[in-house]
Amino acid sequence: MAGSDSYPKGSPRWLLAELTYRCPLQCPYCSNPIDYAQHNDELNTEEWIRVFTEARRMGAVQLGLSGGEPLIRKDLVPLVAKARELGYYTNLISSGYGLDEEKIIDLKEAGLDHIQISIQAPEAQLNNFLAGTESFEEKKRVARLIKAQGYPMVLCVVIHRHNIHLMTEILEMAIELQADYLELANTQYYGWAHINRAALLPTQEQFEIAEKIAQDYKTRLEGKMKIYYVVPDYYEDRPKACMNGWGTTFLTVAPDGMALPCHEARMLPGLNCPNVRDHSLQEIWEDSSAFNRFRNFEWMQEPCNSCPEKVKDFGGCRCQAYLMTGDPEATDPVCSKSPRRNVVADAIREAQTATDQPLIFRNSQNSKRLG
Amino acid sequence: MPIEPESKIGFSPMHRLQWEETQQRFVILYPEGMVELNGPAAEILQLCDGSRNLDAITAELESKFETSGLRNDIEELLEAALKNGWIRLLS
Repeated sequence: MAGSDSYPKGSPRWLLAELTYRCPLQCPYCSNPIDYAQHNDELNTEEWIRVFTEARRMGAVQLGLSGGEPLIRKDLVPLVAKARELGYYTNLISSGYGLDEEKIIDLKEAGLDHIQISIQAPEAQLNNFLAGTESFEEKKRVARLIKAQGYPMVLCVVIHRHNIHLMTEILEMAIELQADYLELANTQYYGWAHINRAALLPTQEQFEIAEKIAQDYKTRLEGKMKIYYVVPDYYEDRPKACMNGWGTTFLTVAPDGMALPCHEARMLPGLNCPNVRDHSLQEIWEDSSAFNRFRNFEWMQEPCNSCPEKVKDFGGCRCQAYLMTGDPEATDPVCSKSPRRNVVADAIREAQTATDQPLIFRNSQNSKRLG
Repeated sequence: MPIEPESKIGFSPMHRLQWEETQQRFVILYPEGMVELNGPAAEILQLCDGSRNLDAITAELESKFETSGLRNDIEELLEAALKNGWIRLLS
């Protein structure tokens, strides 16, 4: 197959701007780094505008405004206005908590294209427990206000052992709130989710029941609501093509200006991610060692190196390989060809026996203690 | 999904059609996603502004490209676009 062994070359299409790590919620599966409380020197408005401008010039067109909770940034409306002026499709990725009608209208006038909000569970008590904050009724009210202003709305629900049995109720809630898209995101075990894994990972049987319900609704709701189902990769036998290939499509800028090939990558040892305060995005994308680190096939070990599927999945996720095997160059252990697949089986077994392990909530006190 | 011949065709308010200079093509943007369009698809979808039905779109493109017999291809693309939610039929 001619050309199939070349690594995809591209410029960034997706810029994920993590505007802040501050957040009023404390979800125990948060994908932010455990030590987020140490990285509190946030980029200012002009610095973000420079990042938006440079990335747009390189071809980025989707902009995710994320966090933490991006609504905490006082300059959110002017940042949206600038992004829209530059021609981005602007996505606000929020918990919805703290959003009011005036802000929703201001953001619309500034050119915001879409709002994603997350709800932790389809019932107040569980939602508020998982969020660590009394927020259920407010989030539902905010969802209705978002639809009333004519935005496309994505409802994101992260799925884990505490809510997977409520799949039907989650889908009914999405219908009731008139979500245009429902993202059923099976927890990916990084950051806070990784330290809480034994308390969050469902069993294979639970996944199968939940997935069947989701697939039934997906067929029924075709043309009305799109359902994105993020697969639980611990129960797959091939890894995900993480980030569509390292340094091909995605560019994340963390609150402190660190530029990352994926939003988890700052944990990888020795990666030395560059900061937008020191370099242009073009230098970072093209020349930095961090963005070139896994941008080819040369670093691969066996079985990846001689595997015909490496052009499809790029060996899976580097952060998962590091978290589960200690080696960022290893084959992603969720692959059934991985010699370390046993660590995934161990994690599943550990979760099945740890039935009463308490959750560690994501807050600055725990971040300082564990980070 | 059939395209009713009388219905005027509008672009979905939930999607955005945009020229991308760096890619040298039109794209459709929607929450966290993008579809890259080829030339003919972009020509057709740009005319979905709520003022034309299928015949009017066909006539305009046949005149622009000095050709005929485009109706079936255009209808096929519009059916797919409708199924994907990129366009909507206005009464």
